Amino acid sequence: PSRPIPAPHNPHPPQTPQVDGNYCLTCGSDKSLKLWNPHKGTLLRTYHGHGYEVLDAAGSFDNSQLCSCSADKTVALWDVATGQVVRKFRGHAGKVSCVQFNEEATVIVSGSIDSTVRCWDCRSRRPDPVQVLDEAKDGVSSVKVSDHEILSGSVDGRVRRYDLRAGQLYSDYVGSPITSVCFSKDGQCVLAASLDSTLRLLDKDTGELLGEYTGHRSTTYKLDCVLSEQDTHVGSASEDGKVYFWDLVEVSRASSQILVPLPHPTPPPQPTPTSPQIHVPPLARHTPRSDSRLRHHTGSSSAKSF
Amino acid sequence: MAAESSDSEEEDLVSYGSALPALQEGERIKKPVPLQEQTVKDGKGRYQRFHGAFTGGFSAGYFNTVGTKEGWTPSSFISSRQKRADKTILGPEDFMDEEDLSEFGIAPKDITTTDDFASKAKDRIKEKARQIAGVVAAIPGTTAFDDLIGPSKITIGVELLRKMGWKEGQGIGPRIKRKPLRQKPDPQVKVYGCALPPGLSEGSEDEEDEYQPENVTFAPKDVMPVDLTPKEDVHGLGYKGLDPTQALFGISGREHLNLFTGGSEKTSDLLGDLRHSKGRKLGITGQAFGVGALEEEDDDIYATETLSKYDTVLKDEEPGDGLYGWTAPKQYKSKKRFETEVKYIGKILDGFSLASKSSTYPPPDLPRDYRPVHYFRPVIAAGNENYHLRKALEQSTGKLENDTTQQSRHTLNASQRRDRLGETVLKGPAPSVLEYLSEKDRERLKEVKQASEQQMKVKMLPQQSQNRFQPTSANDAPHKWQMFLGGQLANAGSSDFKPFARNPEKQKRYESFVQSLKQGQKDMLEHYLDPSMTEWERGREQEEFFRAAMFYKSSNSTLSSRFTRAKYEDDVDKVEVPRDQENDIDDKESAVKMKMFGKLTRDKFEWHPEKLLCKRFNVPDPYPDSSIVGLPKVKRDKYSVFNFLTLPEATTSVTQATNERIQQNNNLNKPKKPSRWDVSDKEKEKKDSISEFISLARSKVDIQQQPPVPMTEECGTETNETLPTNEDKDQEESRPSMDLFKAIFVSSSDEKSSSSEDESDEEHQPTVSVINSETNKQVDLPDSSSSNVQGST
Repeated sequence: PSRPIPAPHNPHPPQTPQVDGNYCLTCGSDKSLKLWNPHKGTLLRTYHGHGYEVLDAAGSFDNSQLCSCSADKTVALWDVATGQVVRKFRGHAGKVSCVQFNEEATVIVSGSIDSTVRCWDCRSRRPDPVQVLDEAKDGVSSVKVSDHEILSGSVDGRVRRYDLRAGQLYSDYVGSPITSVCFSKDGQCVLAASLDSTLRLLDKDTGELLGEYTGHRSTTYKLDCVLSEQDTHVGSASEDGKVYFWDLVEVSRASSQILVPLPHPTPPPQPTPTSPQIHVPPLARHTPRSDSRLRHHTGSSSAKSF
Repeated sequence: MAAESSDSEEEDLVSYGSALPALQEGERIKKPVPLQEQTVKDGKGRYQRFHGAFTGGFSAGYFNTVGTKEGWTPSSFISSRQKRADKTILGPEDFMDEEDLSEFGIAPKDITTTDDFASKAKDRIKEKARQIAGVVAAIPGTTAFDDLIGPSKITIGVELLRKMGWKEGQGIGPRIKRKPLRQKPDPQVKVYGCALPPGLSEGSEDEEDEYQPENVTFAPKDVMPVDLTPKEDVHGLGYKGLDPTQALFGISGREHLNLFTGGSEKTSDLLGDLRHSKGRKLGITGQAFGVGALEEEDDDIYATETLSKYDTVLKDEEPGDGLYGWTAPKQYKSKKRFETEVKYIGKILDGFSLASKSSTYPPPDLPRDYRPVHYFRPVIAAGNENYHLRKALEQSTGKLENDTTQQSRHTLNASQRRDRLGETVLKGPAPSVLEYLSEKDRERLKEVKQASEQQMKVKMLPQQSQNRFQPTSANDAPHKWQMFLGGQLANAGSSDFKPFARNPEKQKRYESFVQSLKQGQKDMLEHYLDPSMTEWERGREQEEFFRAAMFYKSSNSTLSSRFTRAKYEDDVDKVEVPRDQENDIDDKESAVKMKMFGKLTRDKFEWHPEKLLCKRFNVPDPYPDSSIVGLPKVKRDKYSVFNFLTLPEATTSVTQATNERIQQNNNLNKPKKPSRWDVSDKEKEKKDSISEFISLARSKVDIQQQPPVPMTEECGTETNETLPTNEDKDQEESRPSMDLFKAIFVSSSDEKSSSSEDESDEEHQPTVSVINSETNKQVDLPDSSSSNVQGST
C-alpha cells in the first residue's frame, strides 16, 4: 500500500515530519536542523544553534515552534519563522536522545542517556525542569506524549507509562533494551521496539501482549517503529536496509507475518556516526511522525521516516 | 545723725537680705569649711553623693533608686466602670527630677546659652543666606536677631580652609588677577555698583581696586549656595501657589520671592511660630495708593521690609556702568576687559619655577626611509625543516627565544603564575584522580614511581661524573626505560594526554617518540628528536619524554572517566528509598520468555505528577492534597538489608524467594544502592544459575492458575530449547517470611554469603566467603546448595 518516493538527499540521519505532513524536519550530526518540503524536496530553512550532534527534533501542533535535543546535553526550543532559539534548557547530565512536545506545546518532554525524563516548561522562564522522571535505570531512548500520558522506553528494558490523570506509573518489562515506543492512534495500545529484533504491541491497560512482530533485524541501532494512521499496519526500520510492514491484526493469528519488506535504494547503515540515510515512503499522505536517534551506547545512527 | 533720724526715715528704707550676726567680743572668725568636708544637698535637704567619675553627676533619685523612700508607686487605680481613666500622655519631663529642670539641669526651663550659641566664630555663608532670608522674611530685621542668637557650627572643612588662609566671604581657588566680581545683586538689595564714583567710602575702595597695579591678586568670588530642591509637583516651572497672605494684603510676590528656602527655613525654625502665629495687620500699605502718572515709581522701601534696604553709609548716587562712555579714562577702559589669566599662587617646589611660556615641542624627525604603513613580518610555521629559518627570523626581530618561560603573563595559567610568584599550593578539594584510587593502587603507583626514579639516578650518576653535559647517551636511555615501562606504555601518548601541549612541536615529537617506543624501535628513538639540538639537549629531552610517558600512562584520564558522583551523600545514615520498587526482573524475564505479558511483567506505582505539569497538560491533579512529587519515598537506614528486600505485594503472586536471595547476596557483598551495574551483573549471573529455572518453573505454575493469556504455539519453542527439564522438583519452594531474613541478617550483617558467584565479576565482588549454616538452613534447596558449590569452587 505504498509507493517509494525519493526523499531529499541530505546528510541528516533523523527525520521528523511535521504533524500535517507538509513539512519534514531533519536533524543531524552537522549540529543543525533542516526543514524541508517533502513533496518538492526543497530546503526551507536551516536552524543552527546546537553545539553538537542533534539527536531528535519535534514540531509543535501549530507548526510555529520546534524543539530539538542534542548531544550537547541541551534541549532547544526554536521559533520556526525566525529560526532563532527561543529557549535552551540545560540540566540533562548526558546526551539527550529524544524530545517531544505535549499536545499544546506548553511542555517539552525530553529523555536522555542520563536515565531521566525531564519535563520543561515552555510558558514560564524557569530554567529547571518542571519534573524529573528518574525511574529509569538506564538511558531513556524514546519518549512519547499523549494528552495525559508520558510514555518512555528505556534501555533497561522497560516501557514506563506515566499517567497524569490517574497519578499512576505503569512499568512494563520487556527485557531487551527498548529503542522506540509509540502509542496507537486509538490510545489503547503501546508499540515497543526492542533490540531483540522484535516489535511488541502491548495492551495499555493490562500490559498484555497483543501482538509480536519479527522478521526484521534490530540488534545494534536505535531504530524506530510506527503505527499507521488507521492503526492498520505496523512499520519498522531494519538494519538490513529495509523497512518492514506488518498487518496489525493478522499477526495475532500467524505470528510475525511480514507483509511487505521494502528494499531500500541506499546501502544499509554502517556503524559510523554518519550512516547513510534510509528514505521511507509514507504509508499515507498524512502519516505523521517517526524518527530515529542514536542507540544508547554505540555512536552510530540510522534513520527513517514515514 | 543717722541714729537720730533713723526713726523718722525707717519707713522709707527697704532692707535686703538678712543681717550678719554681730560679732561677739573675743570670738574668732570662722574658718571656711575645707573642701573634703563640704557636703552637697539637694533642694530638699537630702545629701547628694557624687556619682560617677566621668559623668561627674550626682546620684539619681533616692540613693540611686527613685525619688522616694517607698520606691515607685503605682498610680491609683481608677475603675473604668465609674470613670474612665484619664489618658495621660507622659513626656520626658514626667520622669525627670526637679533638679534637671533647674538652671543647671539637663533640661533647664530657663533660657540659657548653650555651647552652640557661645561660639564667636560665625559662618559667613550661612549668615549671608540668612540675611537674604531675612529680606524675604515677614518681619524685617529678624536676621539681626538670628545673628544674635543663631548658632554657628563650623565644620571641619571650614576650619581647614581657614587654616589655609581662606577667609569668610571669599571663594576658594587660586587667586586671580582681576577684580573679584560682585555677586549679582538682588533686586531688593541695594546695588553696590562696580563703578562707584570716587570719593565715597565704599566706592573709593572699588575705585582703588579698579586701578590696581597688575601684581595685586584677588580671591575668586564666592559661590552662593544654590537651592537644589528637586521639583516634586506637577505644576509648571516656576509655578507658585497663591499665597493667601500675599493675595489678601496686596503685597507683590516679587519682594517675597524665596530664593533660599534653606536659609529661610532656618529662620523660620527660629522665629517661625512668631511669624505665622501673629496675623498681619490689615491695612493699606505701600503702593496701594498708586503712583501718579507723572511721578517716577519709587522703590518701595517699606514694602520690602528689610534692613538691607537701608543705607548704612552715607554716599552719593552711584553712576551706571556706561557712565563714561567712549570718553572714559584709559585705565577704566582697559580694566573693563577682564584679565582672565589665572596665576598659580601656591607654593612652588624647590628647584622648580613657573614656566614663563607654554612650550610646544616639534614632532620627531622621521627617518628618511620611513613608511607610514605597518606591515607584519612573515610568520613561519613551526617545523623541523624551517627551524633555522625561523631562528634567523627570530633573531632578526629580536625575539631570540620562544621558550615558554618567556611568554607573557597572559599565556600563563594560574598555577604557572603561582609557581613564579613562589606561592604555596592552595589546599582545596583537589579533584585528583589519585584520591579516587584505593590505598593499594596508590601505593603501587608510588612504588613504581620511586623505583623508576631510583634506577634513573643509579644510571645517571656514573655518566654525570664522566661528562656533565651528556647525562644520558641517546642510545642508553631507551633500554633502560623500555625495561621499566614495558607494557605500561600501552596507553601512553594517547590523544587525551598532552604533557607538552604548550609546545606543539615538542608534543608532536613526544607523540611520535612514544609511538616508536611502543613498537619497540629503540634505535629509531633519537630519530624523532630535534636534529638541530645539541647532544645534551637531546638527551635531556629524551629523558623528559621518558618520564612523561612513565608518569602519565594516561591513567589519569582513563580512570577519571570511569567515576561518577555518588547518588547519596556518604555521611548520611538515612537515605530516601522509593517506597515501591520495581520487582526483580528475574521472574519477569522468565515471563517474557514465555510471552506471559500482563500482570507478571507489569508494575504499578502510585506516582505524583507535579502540579504545574498537570496544569500544563490540562489534567486535574490526581492527588490535590499531597505534596509528594514523583514516587512516594520512605527514609530507611542506608546500609540496611531491608532496603533491598522487596516487600511482598498483593498483586504479585509469584514467589520471589530465589530472586530475593540473589539480590540479598549481591547487596551484602556490596552494601550500596543497587545500580544498573548490579542488574547487569545479575543478568549475567542468572544465565548460568539454576535459580533461573526455578523461578521460570514457578512462574509457569502461576500462569496455569491465572486466567489464560492468549498464547501462540510457537512462543514456547525457543524457550523450551533453553529450558532444562528439572523444573518440576523445585516447585514446592516458598518464600521465607521476613522475620527469618531479619533473624539472619540483622544480627550478623557482616557475614557474607554468596550463591551462584559470577566468575567474571571478581573485581566487583572480591569477597567470596563460605556460606554459613544459617543461610543453608534458611533455604534448604537443592539449587542453593548447588550454587554454593559453584561459589566456593
